[in-house]
Amino acid sequence: MDDPFLKNLSCPISIEKYPNITLAHGGGGRMSDTLIRELFHSAFANEVILKHCDSAVVTLPRKNIAMTTDSYVVSPLFFPGGDIGKIAVHGTINDLAMSGARPLYISAAFILEEGFPIEKLWKIVLSMKQAADESEVQIIAGDTKVVDKGKCDGVFITTTGVGVIEHNLDISPKSIAVGDTILLSGDIGRHGIAIISAREELDMSSTIESDSAPLWAAVCEMLQAGINIHCLRDLTRGGLASALVEIAETSKLHFNVKEREIQVHEKVRGVSEFLGFDPLHIANEGRFIAIVAPKDSNKALEILRAYNAAANTIGHIDKKSPRRVTLETVVGTRRIVDMLSGEQLPRIC
Amino acid sequence: MKFVDEYRDATAARRISELIRAKTTKPWKIMEICGGQTHSIVRFGIGELLPQEITLVHGPGCPVCVTPIEVIDRALAIASLNNVIFCTFADMLRVPGTSGDLFSIKGRGGDIRFMYSPLEALAIAKANPDKEVVFFAVGFETTAPATAMTAFQAKTENLSNFSLLVSHVLVPPAIEAILCPKNSGIQGFLAAGHVCTVMGYAEYEPLAKKYGVPIVVTGFEPIDILSGIYLCVKQLEEGRAEVENQYSRSVKREGAREAQALVNQVFEPTMRKWRGIGGIDRSGLKFRPDYEKLDAEIRFNVSLIEREEDSLCISGSILQGFKKPFECPAFGTSCTPEHPLGATMVSSEGACSAYYKYRRDDRETAFAEA
Repeated sequence: MDDPFLKNLSCPISIEKYPNITLAHGGGGRMSDTLIRELFHSAFANEVILKHCDSAVVTLPRKNIAMTTDSYVVSPLFFPGGDIGKIAVHGTINDLAMSGARPLYISAAFILEEGFPIEKLWKIVLSMKQAADESEVQIIAGDTKVVDKGKCDGVFITTTGVGVIEHNLDISPKSIAVGDTILLSGDIGRHGIAIISAREELDMSSTIESDSAPLWAAVCEMLQAGINIHCLRDLTRGGLASALVEIAETSKLHFNVKEREIQVHEKVRGVSEFLGFDPLHIANEGRFIAIVAPKDSNKALEILRAYNAAANTIGHIDKKSPRRVTLETVVGTRRIVDMLSGEQLPRIC
Repeated sequence: MKFVDEYRDATAARRISELIRAKTTKPWKIMEICGGQTHSIVRFGIGELLPQEITLVHGPGCPVCVTPIEVIDRALAIASLNNVIFCTFADMLRVPGTSGDLFSIKGRGGDIRFMYSPLEALAIAKANPDKEVVFFAVGFETTAPATAMTAFQAKTENLSNFSLLVSHVLVPPAIEAILCPKNSGIQGFLAAGHVCTVMGYAEYEPLAKKYGVPIVVTGFEPIDILSGIYLCVKQLEEGRAEVENQYSRSVKREGAREAQALVNQVFEPTMRKWRGIGGIDRSGLKFRPDYEKLDAEIRFNVSLIEREEDSLCISGSILQGFKKPFECPAFGTSCTPEHPLGATMVSSEGACSAYYKYRRDDRETAFAEA
């Protein structure tokens, strides 16, 4: 662990005695209990989880509640700029943030493969703890199952998050109106390229790190500044293109974006060109689009740029039909933007 | 990014567009050979920058699209075997055979792995001596040298568990096949820059002379393509038919001699079927007798698999420039990237895929103009 905070923490489970996950760790007996108490509870210690009840009992403010769930399967588990634990927590925080909800609690269910090193599991758990702590979110419930070797890819994590909505906006595609501005919170494609670089061991002169990051702070600041946010969407699988197309189709409006305004890091562009990928389709884990009322667009951009200098206004909603995303290309022509069909696959030549 | 940004410059694009307009006095029909160029043309809307007298038609330069269905079926038959690790470029995974694609074999438990270089398959063969490892060698002259190097190394190291299912194709015979039927109407060609990087362009010169067509070796960025079109139109307007090199930053007349020698050592030309087009003499590569032990068709006895193509798919006409994707009644209805009738809809270099991804809204306009 590179982080000084995590360096001082060592795995409380006796690694000499049980260096790897065994089926007994999921058997519901003493070994399971040890794993849960000594590994998960020691990392995620808080007053809710330490009550050891079958369900976590919490008090929520009398407001609207947002809830989300997601499963994380990523290969490799550790990649430049993050690991599966970090994106599991960030992903859940971000799903809540995209509804304008302040993330409060997360549950985490682990499916572990027999033989998986406890030390690696500890790293993942500590990474989750750090990500949760940074966003003042508590991990309050969980589950552990162990499957036979070969039945899963090391670790799968399912997280569920609960947040609270402290404003009166309806942040959803149906609030979008003609004239709205589309803002992008930073450059795109880093996570997907970091993963493929690590997975395929592409020999690159320098590493591209995942953009995995929590998005609530930026959203919160926009809300506190009184920005009239109409819609938010984080850019995960399917990338910017899928997010834009999905929202355009749901809102039944025409989105007009400018390729020139969409920032892509030179290394991401280089790998994309080499493999025949379109950066618009590449996955992200720390970027989002914000669709805001035109009068608030400058203020919103100012806030986003304080978090990421590459944030930019990339377009606007210009008319009702067709319900589609049109891109003004860098050479001044126009084309449609489509969702990715299936997996993005490298080309032959 | 160097060698990219300067070739996507809007001001330069407008300037070349104006030069083309100023030069054009008659209608001209120009074919870009390469699927990579097709995608650039469609993605960047190059058609919007051209005068209406110029018609761009798309050629057979997508190696995935032209791989015949029987070769896909041979690949599926081998990949289904229990003891086989089947290695392929990722483009080939979604190409439909008679009964499914490589993805569906993978879903049924087949050990199918995609890679960037055939040399990776060689490493897998060394690491798995108890398995048969097969590499699906597809592509034009661009990927043939890597395949040849892999075969050379496998033979040198006497690897007994490694073979290649070869379906390499060659560009010049395809150009000649398109020019032979007089109804093709193609008056000029943009040749594929990366193919010429390997093979040079000397072998295009007799074609330009024999058929009286200008051939311009062209790169892949918008400015490359516009420049290639300009040079081609200039020749047409001036009544010339020569080979010109727009892509001089990468291409030399003689090409990469070492790569050519390696290909010639391992392979010899053969008649090859092209999907939707049919057999073209000396348009493919097959192993020379010294290398036949590496031929997966022989090792797995699949060479007798023969198939007819789906009659609904008009990809053959599209690949020869007779029709455009919008003219296919199945385009965007019964044929989509999720449910393709042919490879041109799933390949990353396929013309139908490009139109579906970037231009399907133009369909009404295209028909109105026609």
